[in-house]
Amino acid sequence: MGWFKRLKDGIQTATKFKKEAPDGLWHKCKSCGHLSTIKELRENFYKCNSCNYHVRIGSYDYFDLLFDDSEYELLLEDLVSYDFLGFKDLKPYDERLKAARKKSQLKDAMSVGTGTIEGKSIVIAAMDFSFIGGSMGSVVGEKISRAIDYALQHRMPFMIISKSGGARMMESAFSLMQMAKTSAKLTLLAKAGIPYFSLLTDPTTGGVTASFAMLGDINFAEPKALIGFAGPRVIKETIKRDLPEGFQTSEFLLDNGFLDFIVDRKDLRDKLAELLHLFEIQSSS
Amino acid sequence: MVFLDFEKPLESLYEQLEKIRQVGEKGDVDVSPMIQELEKKINDKRIEIYDHLSGWQRVQLSRHPERPYTYHYIKHLTSSFIELHGDRYFKDDKAIVGGLGKIDGRTVVIIGHQKGVNTKMRQYRNFGMANPEGYRKALRLMKMAERFGFPVLSLIDTPGAYPGLEAEERGQAEAIARNLFEMAQLKVPILCYVIGEGASGGAIGIGLGDRVFMLENTWYSVISPESCSSILWRSWDHKEQAAEQLKLTAENMFEFGLIDGIIYEPLGGAHANREEMVEILRKHINKELDMLEGMEVDELISKRIEKYEKMGRFMVEEPELEEAEKDSSKELAPAPNEGSANQKSDDHS
Ligand SMILES: [Zn+2]
Repeated sequence: MGWFKRLKDGIQTATKFKKEAPDGLWHKCKSCGHLSTIKELRENFYKCNSCNYHVRIGSYDYFDLLFDDSEYELLLEDLVSYDFLGFKDLKPYDERLKAARKKSQLKDAMSVGTGTIEGKSIVIAAMDFSFIGGSMGSVVGEKISRAIDYALQHRMPFMIISKSGGARMMESAFSLMQMAKTSAKLTLLAKAGIPYFSLLTDPTTGGVTASFAMLGDINFAEPKALIGFAGPRVIKETIKRDLPEGFQTSEFLLDNGFLDFIVDRKDLRDKLAELLHLFEIQSSS
Repeated sequence: MVFLDFEKPLESLYEQLEKIRQVGEKGDVDVSPMIQELEKKINDKRIEIYDHLSGWQRVQLSRHPERPYTYHYIKHLTSSFIELHGDRYFKDDKAIVGGLGKIDGRTVVIIGHQKGVNTKMRQYRNFGMANPEGYRKALRLMKMAERFGFPVLSLIDTPGAYPGLEAEERGQAEAIARNLFEMAQLKVPILCYVIGEGASGGAIGIGLGDRVFMLENTWYSVISPESCSSILWRSWDHKEQAAEQLKLTAENMFEFGLIDGIIYEPLGGAHANREEMVEILRKHINKELDMLEGMEVDELISKRIEKYEKMGRFMVEEPELEEAEKDSSKELAPAPNEGSANQKSDDHS
């Protein structure tokens, strides 16, 4: 079981795993078809050299990218999903979980890390699309809830990097209630005067958008990310006509007033450092 | 009368009853013993049918065309009611209605999804699927309730928030998220009832409360059985199965601790006796509001947040991973180290 192994090896493994991907391997851009090596891609913040398409990356990649010297402490790694409803569609949920763990080398669709950015402390919860479509179940909700407790306790700013297809159907109403749970918990940060930054990345839809992702003191997104409540396919079926160019992109949301700004991944760390500088809060630790 | 597929045995009994009544009206024979017998038969059959309903059958009942909607409850619960319109930003949504009403001497802000009662009105009400302005109207009314110290009564009955183009432009997700955020901290009691369909974000967008109840023949889920079938089974044909898997009934939800109780409906469902249904709800609302209004604001809010904080089921892994790896049969046994949000282990920080 790969994911057990990684647990045993500790926090560095996932990063190591990624870094050991052969540098010479080719990557074909999903957007423009441009070929680049993994090395080139990594050096360009996992963006296409030709069209600037932001390749979907994982929670650990963001942590590496954002925290000073790529150093951080992982929190809440002991929370694990299980199939408490005995949910079975074409595949039992239990098997989906096992397959997802094996494929992604992750324990669930969210990791929480804490460290510093330009010397300023922050807690970041980041989602992984590779784990059942980044879906939000009980574990994602609980990690956010406890990460907020941690941020409150240490008076650190909090950030969530969203990347999710929405709520996890296999946990039915439990996953729905995570919307209420995470939103309710975020009010505690607001009351304590601790800033919450919400970064929306490709894709952010459904119950995730309709809860914590839209509730940032600052809402911002990577370029051209798909962001919405309903999925484009569902909307198309409902209104029975084609969707306009650029519908439900970051740029569309910015234009409609739901984002504060859009940030290129290469500028993300600097932007965050600036935000932390501007929001400087009285730290108790 | 509308009979659902599983109510078909009742339909023929009612037909017989009608025939006998017609004979009786001619006045030649005394049909009352026969009528009595048939009515008993109908009642027994109804009890039999309603005794074990499947998840899907509950979904069907929740959508029964004669089922009472929000307006019906408002009309019969309140002695005085003024409907209030508009979100003050964009327009008046027709799928979420609201206003100020008196229930047994107490002023309450009532909000709820409203479905149409006939083809034309169903369209007008957008089938109970609200746009962002519906959620924003509801929030406006809740903030007013807060200003004047009125409790909020929320009646939930929606197949989902409207998945339309303009809904996205105007921030459907933001509207729902904002309501969740604001409802969590609202300084007055919020009492919620699922009176029909409780579909996903569209339902919870006015459904975060101190006390949340479901009527017996309603459902609450992260997704409708039909959409779930289409996504997970990749076909529309597995809605019954999806309904079972989603465990979306009031009984399931109460068992999970995700709602605070079940409101039992008259035999045959809320539509079978709409007046009785209102009175059942009235009694319940009064009891709950008496209790909630006796609480201090701070306590009310912190209990509300704690309630949601506890929702979720997961395992907390023991740190003996080396052991687990040696003996693969031990891997992730749910029972011994099962954790849930209400049995927090404090080993994380
Ligand atoms: Zn490209």
